[in-house]
Amino acid sequence: MSVLEIRDLEVAYGGVAAVRGLSLSVAPGEVVGLIGPNGAGKSTTLHAIMGLVPARSGDVLLGERSLRGRTPEAIARSGIALVPEGRRLFAELTVEENLRLGLAARPRASEVGEDVADVVELFPIVEEFRQRPAGALSGGQQQQVAIARALVARPSILMLDEPSLGLAPPVVDLVFTTLQAIAERGIGVLLVEQRAQRTVALAARTHVLANGELRLTLTPDDAADTDRMVAAYLS
Amino acid sequence: MSSFVRDALDLQVQVDAIGLGAIFALMAVGIGLVFGVMRLVNFAYGQLVMAGAFALAFASDRDWPVPVGIALCFAVVLVLSLAMERVVFRPLRTQSAAVMLIATFAVAFLLQSIALLWFGPLGRTATSLVQLNRPVSVGSVDVRKITIVAIVTAAVCLLLLIALLNRTSIGLHMRAAAIDSQTARLLGVRANLVSTVSVLIAGVLAAVVAVMLTVQFPTVTPTFALQETILVLAGVVVGGMTRLLSATLGGFLIGYVSGVLGGALPSSQSQYLPSLVFGLVILVLLVRPDGLFTRGRGLVERV
Repeated sequence: MSVLEIRDLEVAYGGVAAVRGLSLSVAPGEVVGLIGPNGAGKSTTLHAIMGLVPARSGDVLLGERSLRGRTPEAIARSGIALVPEGRRLFAELTVEENLRLGLAARPRASEVGEDVADVVELFPIVEEFRQRPAGALSGGQQQQVAIARALVARPSILMLDEPSLGLAPPVVDLVFTTLQAIAERGIGVLLVEQRAQRTVALAARTHVLANGELRLTLTPDDAADTDRMVAAYLS
Repeated sequence: MSSFVRDALDLQVQVDAIGLGAIFALMAVGIGLVFGVMRLVNFAYGQLVMAGAFALAFASDRDWPVPVGIALCFAVVLVLSLAMERVVFRPLRTQSAAVMLIATFAVAFLLQSIALLWFGPLGRTATSLVQLNRPVSVGSVDVRKITIVAIVTAAVCLLLLIALLNRTSIGLHMRAAAIDSQTARLLGVRANLVSTVSVLIAGVLAAVVAVMLTVQFPTVTPTFALQETILVLAGVVVGGMTRLLSATLGGFLIGYVSGVLGGALPSSQSQYLPSLVFGLVILVLLVRPDGLFTRGRGLVERV
């Protein structure tokens, strides 16, 4: 398991800066939160880490290796998995086929076997709906499959982009509980969320982004301090 | 009119039309597969068939054994396919569909010009497999051996392709890349490998088509397979370009319709065949612009 480290990351769309001088790190087994208003640069940060958008300057390191300039597939194969916003499951493929696609990041694995036993422990619905098209599942079930698919890749770092978006409260509870369980297995979790209070309560550190800049870092002790969070959001 | 219908329904004409449809279906798979994975309409596909046909003619000129000629045909088509992918398609992958289409036009005319320089406008003749044009009697119908070979070969190729797509990891990766390339890459699916494999499979099918077309049309010129490619492209669009199954059915249908019309039209009026076929294409597109065999978006996989 390696540490993910972002150093002075700058990302721009055209001439407009979307992320400015962001630095953060995620160690094995810890949950790090990234919150902030819409357009703060949270998703852009994840996309830059995955090589979907180029960094203008700064660096992204996994262990000692720089990921800058690598393709998304090379970054996935180096041990970082992203659960994208909206889940992005392959709706026409079965749950099992979606899980098998998670193996693409592991060069020598071709069959879903013991990996599924691992994810079934976290998400029993994966076994139950294994042969169903992923598109036939509810939003909450799809989110569980999306996280399971990412875990099948056995990543060092799991990144999630607003995993609770559009989910019913019991499923949100399940997602947050599961993230804790995932971190306990030694996987570093970088969580982008809109549910600020829950994220702050879960994560070892939660960074508040606004206008592309890191404004504040909160710890679980700050979870009840809503005034501070609101001030950071509005700053 | 009644004699036209009678001729169109003639069993002999129907069998030949199914044979032509089978060959066109293979071309449609080649074009549809590359489009599904790379979002690229490969107009140069016909020139791959042409290059394979020239390889067969080259071997035939020198009286090389048939298997050697076929092996040369496959080698030439596959090398050209790989070269196209590495030199043109891959560097342009992030460009717009229009840029890629124009690039394939350029490749098509480049290959055609090279063939013109090397072999001249009259081309060469590939005669080593012409005995497959001899008929065998099946009941009351004389069926050319090549028609049976074409139908069986197309069925075997399609079954093998379905097995590859549904039962192997690379097949799953191709299907995923065809549905959502970016998400597939985020999962670790190697875009370069997937596009190379797609182009190679399309190349294998082009070589198969080259072998079967040269049996029926042994004179190989620089415009060999050009009209067939345009017809298949139209068939792919008519069937529904975004799905491999609908594209394949479209390719088969346009081959079948061409075969039936070609068989039913008096030979003095055969020059009207392309106008008739493309008239039908326009009609179908006016009624079903998304494709004749699409059942609404997202229901059938692209690959």
